[in-house]
Amino acid sequence: MTHEKTTPAIELINVSRRFLTPTGKSLTALRDFTMTVERGEFVAVVGPTGCGKSTTLNLVTGLASPSAGEVRVMGAPVKGIDPRIGFVFQSDALFPWRNVIENVMAGPLFRGRTKSDATAAARDWLARVGLSRFEQHYPHQLSGGMRKRVALAQTFINGPEILLMDEPFSALDVQTRVLMHEELLRLWSEAKASVVFVTHDLEEAIALADKVYVLTAGPATVKSVYTIDLPRPRVVADIRYEQSFIDYSRTIWADLKEEVETSYARAAA
Amino acid sequence: MTDATIDISAGAFRPGTSDAEIEAAAAKAARNRRRTVMFWRVAILVAFLGLWEIAARQAWIDPFFYAMPSTIAQRLYEWTTEGTSEGPLWYHLYVTMEEAVIGFVTGSVAGIIIGVALGRNRMAADIFSIYIKVINSIPRVVLAPIFIMILGLGLASKVALAFVMVFFVVFHNAFQGVREADRAMIANARILGASNWQLTRSVIVPSAMSWIFASLHVSFGFAIIGAIVGEFVGSRYGIGLLINIAKGSFDAAGMYAAIVIVMVVALGAEYLMTIIEDRLAKWRPQPLHETQ
Repeated sequence: MTHEKTTPAIELINVSRRFLTPTGKSLTALRDFTMTVERGEFVAVVGPTGCGKSTTLNLVTGLASPSAGEVRVMGAPVKGIDPRIGFVFQSDALFPWRNVIENVMAGPLFRGRTKSDATAAARDWLARVGLSRFEQHYPHQLSGGMRKRVALAQTFINGPEILLMDEPFSALDVQTRVLMHEELLRLWSEAKASVVFVTHDLEEAIALADKVYVLTAGPATVKSVYTIDLPRPRVVADIRYEQSFIDYSRTIWADLKEEVETSYARAAA
Repeated sequence: MTDATIDISAGAFRPGTSDAEIEAAAAKAARNRRRTVMFWRVAILVAFLGLWEIAARQAWIDPFFYAMPSTIAQRLYEWTTEGTSEGPLWYHLYVTMEEAVIGFVTGSVAGIIIGVALGRNRMAADIFSIYIKVINSIPRVVLAPIFIMILGLGLASKVALAFVMVFFVVFHNAFQGVREADRAMIANARILGASNWQLTRSVIVPSAMSWIFASLHVSFGFAIIGAIVGEFVGSRYGIGLLINIAKGSFDAAGMYAAIVIVMVVALGAEYLMTIIEDRLAKWRPQPLHETQ
C-alpha cells in the first residue's frame, strides 16, 4: 500500500498524439510530452492558443489515446474512462433540459446510486457552492458564474481524486473569475484532489498552481516547468499585487512570450 | 403575444413617475396591442369571406366551381346534423383520424428509434444511408396504389401510406438531432459515469428532442395527407372518400366543406402538439415556434 501511495497521480511519458485532419493529412498536436502530477498537487498548463493543451487532458481521461508513449493514472496505464477523474469544461457542458439539482445528481445516478442518496448529496454540494436557492432553476436562468458553480458541484459530487480543468473560467468576466478562483481553491483544499488546470491566462496559472508547465507552440512539448512557492492558503484577489507574484509573472511571461509570438507568426503566415 | 417586449420610451414619463405607474402603463399598452392584433385578424377573415360571398352572388366568380361561404356552411350543417350521403360524417372523420393517428404514432416511433440508432452508429449509418436516400427519393403518393393493391381498401393501406409519409421526416430529424448533440456535453456525461445506454437515453435523446419535435409538428399534417390520398385512391369510408364523391357529383360546396373539416382537425392537432412540447420543453429559454 505504501508503494501505491507514492506513485504520482498522473504521468505522461514521452507522449505523442497525431490527428488525421478531415482531408486525410496527419497533424501532430503533442510531441514527446512528459509531465508528472503528484497526488494533491495543483498543476497549471499554459501555452499559446491552439497548441494542444486540451489534448493532454483528453489523454488523461481516456477519451483519446496516445499515438506513442504512455499515460498512467495512479500508477496504472489508462484504459477507458477512469471513474476517479472529474472534468470541468471550457464550454457550458451542463444539460440544459435538467434543472440545477438534476444536473448535479447526474453523476451519482449514472454511477448507480439511489435517487434519495443522490438528492441528499446534491443538496449538500449545492449548499457548498452557495446555490441552494436555485435548485429548481434551469441553466439558462442562471448567470455564467452560477452555471460554472453548478458545473463544479456536478464534478466534485463524484469525489474525483484527479480534477482536470480545461480553461474553465475563460468565458467569465474578471470579477466573477476571481470569485471562482477562490471557490475552486477552497473546494480543492477540502477535496485534496490532484489538479491539472489548462489555461492561456498566465496570472490565473500562477495564482492557483503549485507548478506551472509552459508549452511550446504546436506541436506542443514541455518548454519549462516553474515551481510556484507562494504560501497557501492564497487570497487570489490580493496575491497578484505581491512582489514574488510579479517576479514569477515576469519570468514566466518572458518564456511564454516567445512561443506566443511563434504561434502568432505562424497563424499570420 | 406574451413575449412581446413593450417599449417604454424615456420621454413618455415625467421625472418621478413611480414603478407602479410605469408598469400599469406598460400593461395597458400590451392589452391594446393584443386587441389591435385580434381586431385585424378577425377583420381580415370577415373581409375575405364577405368578398367571396359577394363575388359569388354577383356572379363575378362562378359559384358552381367556387361555391360560396354560405353554401359551404350549410353543407357542413347538413353533414353534421343529417349525415352525408355515405352515412354519418362523424364516422368518416373517425376513420380518417384513426388511419392518420395510427400512421403518425407508428411512423414517428419507428422514425425516432431508427434515427437515434443510426445516429449513434456511424458504421450502420454509412451502410444504410444510401438505401434511405433511394427510398426517400420516391414520391410517397405513388405508393398509394401499391399499398391499396397489397393491403386492400381498408385501414391497413392508409396506415401504411401515413406511416411512410411520417417516417422519413421524423427519421431524418432524429438522425440529425443525434448528430448535432453537443460534444462537450457528451464527454461530460461519459466522464460523470454514463454508460452507453444512459448516454443515449438521458443525453442524446433529450438533446435531439427539439429537432424531433420540429418534425412532429409537420408530420401530423403529412399523416393526414397520407390517409386522405389513400382514401382518394380507394376506400369505403373517410374524408378523402367524401371529397372524391363531391368531385364526382360536381358538388363544390361539399369539397370545400371537407377541406374545412380537415383544416380544423389539423389545427387542433397542431395546438395539442404545441401544448405537449411546451410542457416537455419548459427548460428552454424560448420556444422555437411563434407564440400565438
